[in-house]
Amino acid sequence: MLQVDKLTKTYPTGQKALDACSLKVEKSQVVAVIGPSGAGKSSFIRCINRLVEPTEGQIWLDGSEVTALAPDQMAKMRRHMGMIFQEYNLVERLTVMENVLSGRLGFVSFWQAFLRKFPQADIDRAFDLLERVGLAGYENNRADALSGGQRQRVGIARALIQEPKILLVDEPTSSLDPKTARTIMGLIAELARERGLPALINIHDVGLALMFAERVVGLSEGRIVFDGAPDEVDEQILTRIFGEADWRQTIRHAAEDAEALERRRAAAPDGGDGAEPAWQSGAAR
Amino acid sequence: MSATDGSQAASASTRGRSWRKPPMIANPVLRYGLLVLLAAYLVYAVDDVNFDLARFIAGIPKAIDMAQQMVPPDFSRWQLLLDGVLESLQMAIFATAIGVVISIPIAVCAARNMVPKPVYLAARGYLGVVRTLPEVLIAIFLVKAFGFGAFAGMLTLTIASTGFVGKLLAEDIEDLDPGQVEAIRATGGNWLKVLLFGVAPQTLPRYIGLCIYRLDINLRESTILGIVGAGGIGATLYNSFGRYEYDFSFAILLSIIAIVLVAEWASGAIRARIT
Repeated sequence: MLQVDKLTKTYPTGQKALDACSLKVEKSQVVAVIGPSGAGKSSFIRCINRLVEPTEGQIWLDGSEVTALAPDQMAKMRRHMGMIFQEYNLVERLTVMENVLSGRLGFVSFWQAFLRKFPQADIDRAFDLLERVGLAGYENNRADALSGGQRQRVGIARALIQEPKILLVDEPTSSLDPKTARTIMGLIAELARERGLPALINIHDVGLALMFAERVVGLSEGRIVFDGAPDEVDEQILTRIFGEADWRQTIRHAAEDAEALERRRAAAPDGGDGAEPAWQSGAAR
Repeated sequence: MSATDGSQAASASTRGRSWRKPPMIANPVLRYGLLVLLAAYLVYAVDDVNFDLARFIAGIPKAIDMAQQMVPPDFSRWQLLLDGVLESLQMAIFATAIGVVISIPIAVCAARNMVPKPVYLAARGYLGVVRTLPEVLIAIFLVKAFGFGAFAGMLTLTIASTGFVGKLLAEDIEDLDPGQVEAIRATGGNWLKVLLFGVAPQTLPRYIGLCIYRLDINLRESTILGIVGAGGIGATLYNSFGRYEYDFSFAILLSIIAIVLVAEWASGAIRARIT
């Protein structure tokens, strides 16, 4: 599905953000990219949809070489890559519905966009998604009137309405309180699994990464220094990624949380349609 | 422990130390030098323009005489007055309507974050030229080119409007939140759609405010452009002065003041509501 070969990014300032990073995501799985601030996580994810232009290396998505596309072709390619942002990046003065529908911009004509005459199928999908992310009835609210958690839900709906082949998620929870962060992270992981989407999630919160991801990639100073399952992550590996610190608490808590989550999932197999997602109630550590 | 000891020792040794706000210009030679230069220039300037007290005093009775001839204002030729006012209003409204529309592409091209460098430089160059030339100068030039009358005035105000709205809107576009634009780019929207969904919503309130403000300015400007031959009430005013019909001039002045006050009040009231 996604293949990244020796991706290197050097900024005009001479700073090397990424140094020959290679990564293969062959099935739909939630991949958490962890690492300290400045490790290159954000550059990595933005190189994939070329919001940041890679300096060297190749990126392939479903058999087409992303790095070889001309600008207009790249815009078309971006339609197949859903992105979710740290600061939500909603268009503040537009309604929730317009924000969600903006995910379809790549598929409609200029006049359709100008007159807000989106195809009925898109509008149906938008209403479905709003309900799915828990924002039914909010379609005419302005984006700047929403809380952080609600905004990120709109951000998720906007990415999913693209019907993307991959989700690129950049620090989705950094601007949220711990409880909302869990809810949002859970929602993203659940929706990705539900739709069989690979998701690349930048996250510096190790606890959340270990709790929700099926695979963890560790980035440090622009290099991939770890790539494995969450239960392989130990003190030694976290030290390799983040540097020296006492990691025992982090790992123990994450393991407990993941177990609790697993138990609740088993108890309520159809958790998605419940009044409150299972992990929401377990917020207190 | 040792840290607290250290800070106490430091505070003891600095007790009694004076503090004054640092001067705005650090270099004392430059600081006082500038003051001396300014004083010297004022003395020179007053001397050079022949500020003549006797002439000033002699002029006062003439001014009073003219003021007396102005009252009461003569509204008897109200039809001529109304024609002039209507022509000025037409000039201002047409010029604003056309100017603010043309301003949009100019502003986009003059925003560093929207277009390639050569386009940016060209648009900024245009804005630079238009913004340096005062309206009256543009009007003099256009009256020469297109002849006397409201057409030259309208063209003047249109060009001036693109300079004003274009520049300020471009600045607003450069200041917008790049995150919202990035998100629209990430959905696969092309440049036009980024403009439509990422840029327009962020700049629309400012744009509407600028349009109304510019209409206000154009109404004001349209009343004086006639003095250089570009039509409107200004032409009527100029002619009345030429014929020493000071009472009619006063009537025209009162009308101009009324227009300007109403325009300013309306523009302020509307802009206060939308921002």
